[in-house]
Amino acid sequence: MFKQQQYIALGAVTLATLILFSLPRDASARLKLAIGGLFLPLFGLAGAAQQLPAAAADALLPRRELLRQIQALRRENEQLEIQAQQAAAVARENDRLRAELGWQKRAPWRMKLAHVVMRDPANWWRTVQIDLGSRDGLRENLPVLTPQGLVGRVASVAYARAQVELLGDPHCRVSARVNDPAHDMGIVVAGGPLDNSLVTLTYVSGGADLKPGEEIFTSGLGGVYPAGIPIGLVVDSRPVEFGLYTEARVKLSPNLGALRDVWVLFP
Amino acid sequence: MNLFNSILILAGAFLAVFGEAVFSLPRHWLGAQVDLLPALTVYAALNADIATVSLLAVVGGSWFDSLSANPLGVSILPLFAVGFLVFFRRDLILRDMPFAQIVLGAAASAAAPLLTVLLLLTGGQQPLLGWGSLWQWLVMTAGGAVATPVIFGLFDWCHHALGYQRRSETTFRPDREILRGRK
Repeated sequence: MFKQQQYIALGAVTLATLILFSLPRDASARLKLAIGGLFLPLFGLAGAAQQLPAAAADALLPRRELLRQIQALRRENEQLEIQAQQAAAVARENDRLRAELGWQKRAPWRMKLAHVVMRDPANWWRTVQIDLGSRDGLRENLPVLTPQGLVGRVASVAYARAQVELLGDPHCRVSARVNDPAHDMGIVVAGGPLDNSLVTLTYVSGGADLKPGEEIFTSGLGGVYPAGIPIGLVVDSRPVEFGLYTEARVKLSPNLGALRDVWVLFP
Repeated sequence: MNLFNSILILAGAFLAVFGEAVFSLPRHWLGAQVDLLPALTVYAALNADIATVSLLAVVGGSWFDSLSANPLGVSILPLFAVGFLVFFRRDLILRDMPFAQIVLGAAASAAAPLLTVLLLLTGGQQPLLGWGSLWQWLVMTAGGAVATPVIFGLFDWCHHALGYQRRSETTFRPDREILRGRK
């Protein structure tokens, strides 16, 4: 029935798969990153190609429009400087009060900008790759966010790139707090496979009264995400498991489908 | 010719995986990314030897898994299963008929993700599944069906443009020429 060549091919492929499956977790992750490194030159080309239309649009922008934008940015910059001075004064006061109470001083956040270079080609995971790696000081479990809110966490790190698990990926779970009078707590887990702007807030206490539009923030529990990073807004909620706990659908604040630049947070 | 064909197929797989990772328009418009590797495997199974089919499954699957959150190697067996099945029955398949290509592409693109998810679940992984996955599966199947004849056309064009073309022999033979009249 089978020819000898077909037997050999079948055996070779099965053997290769078994070897890959039986590799230790670390070795498998390193091999994966090494194989993925083959695509690095193409990512550079793709990035340059994606920037071409933007560069062309910039070249065509009239001078009057540029001057108007500069003026607007100057005004915004002045407002932000004043707000930063106020925030610095509040931080100094906070540090002084914490010192008087004998509490540990809060370390300021450091952040690094990263560009999203690709998305997961499989439909059953939600990950992206960014162009920062171990050479930039990245390590696993660092939070990733945009100015709108939390995006996910660094899952694995290669020399020049890293994989980020987005909110909504089955591996990415975040301890969250609802901004309501009861300060209800829950866990943000994956929602459905189609709409990447919705996740589920689960394990909220049974009697919780979550209202649409209430804000969800990171709780700071778990040690991965600092407290107070916005996650999204409650869409609706329902009791589950005969009222044992409450589940809510949450609309994420950042648009995960249009991510281009993200910030990696070094808490 | 065979080596050129194999290199062309592997280069196609490399670009297909890269394209799936970078261009996410189908994901925005249809809610799912189309996988081109099963369609490419159908082409390889109908036009190349079993070594190329195996190489495509191992290399293409590894490339795909390296850019994904899949465990490394999980895409290899589904691709090989699809390719092996088509290769085994390729004498019975009208490979030049677009309808046959579409049907095979749809079947391969439907089977490969199902087998991959099955392997993931068997391995204790928890991929993102739900009722929406059915829609994604349909999109992948339809995308694969449409892509297969395109891949056949593209590779045929590449062979014509870049490959060695055997010189066609004319039927004219000087020793059989009938000379009329007298010399």
